[in-house]
Formats: sequence, C-alpha cells, structure tokens
Amino acid sequence: MFEYAAVADLLSLAEKYNTSLAQIVLRREAEEYELTEQQVTEKMGQRLTIFADSIKEGLYDDRLSLSGMVGRDAGRIEKMEPVLLGNIAHRALLYALAVSEGNAKMHKIVACPTAGSCGIVPAAVFAVGEAKGADRERYCSAFFTAAGIGNVIARNACVAGAVGGCQAECGTAAAMAAAAVVDILRGTSEQIAQAATLALKNVLGLVCDPVAELVEVPCVKRNGFYAVHALTAAEMAMAGVKSVIPPDEVIAAMYEIGKMMPVALRETSEGGLARTPAARTVQNRLQNQQGH
Amino acid sequence: MGVFDIIGPVMIGPSSSHTAGAARIGLLAHYILKEEPVKADIVFYGSFAKTYRGHGTDKAVIAGLLGFGADDPAIRNAFELAAQKKFTINIGTSSEEEQHPNTVKIKLLGKYGKTMEIVGVSLGGGKVSIRRINGFAAEISGETFTLLSVYDDQSGVVSLVSSFLAEKNINISQMRVFRKGKHQQAVMIIDTDSRVPDTVVEKISSLEIMKSVIAIDPLR
Repeated sequence: MFEYAAVADLLSLAEKYNTSLAQIVLRREAEEYELTEQQVTEKMGQRLTIFADSIKEGLYDDRLSLSGMVGRDAGRIEKMEPVLLGNIAHRALLYALAVSEGNAKMHKIVACPTAGSCGIVPAAVFAVGEAKGADRERYCSAFFTAAGIGNVIARNACVAGAVGGCQAECGTAAAMAAAAVVDILRGTSEQIAQAATLALKNVLGLVCDPVAELVEVPCVKRNGFYAVHALTAAEMAMAGVKSVIPPDEVIAAMYEIGKMMPVALRETSEGGLARTPAARTVQNRLQNQQGH
Repeated sequence: MGVFDIIGPVMIGPSSSHTAGAARIGLLAHYILKEEPVKADIVFYGSFAKTYRGHGTDKAVIAGLLGFGADDPAIRNAFELAAQKKFTINIGTSSEEEQHPNTVKIKLLGKYGKTMEIVGVSLGGGKVSIRRINGFAAEISGETFTLLSVYDDQSGVVSLVSSFLAEKNINISQMRVFRKGKHQQAVMIIDTDSRVPDTVVEKISSLEIMKSVIAIDPLR
C-alpha cells in the first residue's frame, strides 16, 4: 500500500494520505517487515543514539588514523570561532569531520548510506536540530525522510562508490541530509524533494579516487564539505528555489554518469588523487609497513 | 531494501566491505566451526591483501572468529583478545588471482581438534558470502538460518532431509547442492525461514551417510 519506487511516488502517497514523507516511509517499513510503527520508530531511536554517540566520540578522540593521514581536523575546527560560516554550518562541518574521522579510527558508526559518507547526514541533522530545538520525534522524522530519499536512490541508481563514484556515496548522503534538514525546518514535502534534488544535482560527476585505497583522503574532508552543501540546498528549497530537472530524472542522470565513469575513478585507486606522487608516497610507506 | 539498509548497518569503521564484511566472514566461520578456535591461518587476496592493515581487516576477521559482531568495539583490540585466549594467528597475503577482489581464506583449528578451511568474500555494504568450505563450493550469506550438511552423494537424501524439516513446519527458502562428483562427497545448503531445532539436526546427523550437519544462525 505504501510501496514507493520513486520520489514522485513518495510525493503522491504523502498527498493521497495527507501526511508527511516521513510517515509514508515509516508506514511502508512497518508494512514490509510486519512490524508496528512503534517498533520501527524505536529502532530508529536506537540509531539516533548511535549517531549522537559517534559525534561525541569523534570530537573526543584526537588520535590520528592508522595511516596517519587524518584524525585531527575536527579538533582544529572546534577550537576556532567561525570566521565565515554561520554557527549552524560551522557545527555541521565540525560534526561531519568528527564522525568521519572517527570512522577512519575504527569507531562505531552508522553507515548512512555508506561508511565513507557516514558523517554527512548526522552532521547536518544534528547541527540544525540543536539550533532549532528538535525533539526526538522530530529527529526520527528527519531520518525517515532521509531514508526515503536514500532508498529511492539505491533502488533506481546506486549508493556504492565502486558502482557510481563518490556522487553515489557522498552525493546520496548530501541529498538525504538536505531532505532531512527541510523536514526539521517543517518545510513541505515538495520542498524536501527539491532540497534532495538540488543537493544531488550539484554533486554529479564526483569521482571516487581514495588515496592508498583507504576511506580517508579525500573522504573525511569531503564529508565536511557535503554536510554544508546539504544546508545550502535546504536553504534554497526553503526559499522556494526549484530544480528545473525533476528529482527522479536527476537520480537517473546520476546513475547514467556513474556507469560512464571509468573504473579507475570508481574506488579502485587507479586514477585521480590516488595516482598523484604524494599519494604513491603514502601508499609505498604503508605497504612497506605491511611487510610487502 | 528497507530504512535500516540505508541508515545502517551499525558497524565499526572504516569500511563496510573491508571491515564490517571481514568481521562478518570471521563470525560466520566461528558459527560454522562450532568450537572455540585455537589457531588460524588467514590469507588475504586482492584488495584485502593490499589494504588490510589500514582498514583493520585483520582485526575484524579475528574478532569475528572470536565471536564478536561487526558493530562490536572489541574489533579494535582483537589481537590483544586473541593473545589472552591463547589463540594463535598467522596472517599472510597472496597475489594469486581470486574471483572476487575482497577474498580471505581462513584455515582453522578448534579447541577439540576440528579443522576447517573456508573461503569468504566481502561483497560490499557489509554483505558477505562463504564460497568454499573444505574445498567444496558453498554459498552462505549469514542472512538467514542455514543448515549445512556434508554427506556421501546418493539418491533420496535431499527429499529425506526436506521431509524432516517439513515435519516440523520449517519452511525452506533456498536450497543448493554441491558435489565433487557422482556418488562422491556432497554438500547440501538449506536456507530456512526459522531456526532448525537441535532435535531435527540430530535426526539428520544420525543418517548413516551423513558426515556432518551444522545449523548456522543468521549474523547479528
């Protein structure tokens, strides 16, 4: 009854039942897995706690990752008063770096949609939620909205860097985050869909070329960038800015671009940043440590 | 695909394929061995071989072998935990080509002398598959209840085993049989919707042709 395959389906179901996108996503989940809505909400509540813990632990841990490439940038941001960004965007940047650095240091995280992009959604959601005094119910709603967008993208395109490049991972995360933020701001369903679309549209073509095949460079800083990017998309959508290309067509375009992307730029570390002299130096150092 | 496939899995970082997947392969091996492991020879292939240290793939496999899940912070201290339990570990890499880039071979010795060699692959997003057990082709995902039987190939075994399951109203969702050749050793892998009770496992084990029968729970 609540099955959806496209953003357009989500919008028409929300209209038909006169409810929010989050409610449609929640009801579909309950229906599909034969759970009560309360059980599904409780499970989301558990994820909420893990998200919040991953931010806290990421901020607390000032060690470097095993490779030594990342781990202390959240600390740098935290120590500085924002110079250019507003407080909310500054927090989003900070939280995204904290979670993503934590991931690189083997912290417990929630993949969202992937481990490499795990900082973006919680960072944007909590930075905005804290500023707007969101309660638990609001946060759950925001994450259900995010999941709805993520599920549509996974279904019609992909969320793996190896398949579609980074646009599929950080791009999807940014779209989910933008949608979730508009949910917190109590924007309309249409504005939620537009925020996701604007966020994804402006990540198209982003490649996955990680240094030394690790989830560190450029991944960690990119989480910071795209958490803020999601806020820009949400700001536009709240102002009534619309994408000329509709949501589902942008998702299809993302997939098409992903398939056109050379394999060297899809998580294989055979091109781009991963093949720069500096990256090779890191890779050689790590392989020698590993006893090759 | 559900909400918690996108907002999830909950895992120890940094990589769903190289860390969470590796832990799940280790845990499946632990379930299949059904004994506390005392020695493991772990060989990484492909991308696992190149990047296992940076991703903590080694720690993840070991933690799994010790019975920890992919979301357990114990993964970080897997080497220390193994040392405490006097669990001997050798780690190696191989440049041999494997079918899948994220492949690990684990040779295990259990506390009571049971030995086993499994080959597991990490498919991405934390999804895994055990592809070989003691040289036999296999396919175990850890997503359902699985019954693994090793026996001498002969006619009627499949229907006999499925009748034992039907007697207890256990629904089969998938079934695969692999064998080395006609009338040689065969492996039957049955996925079921519910747990196969111990009494049924014993009943199947008591068939004369059965070499071993193992019930594997879904991964946490």
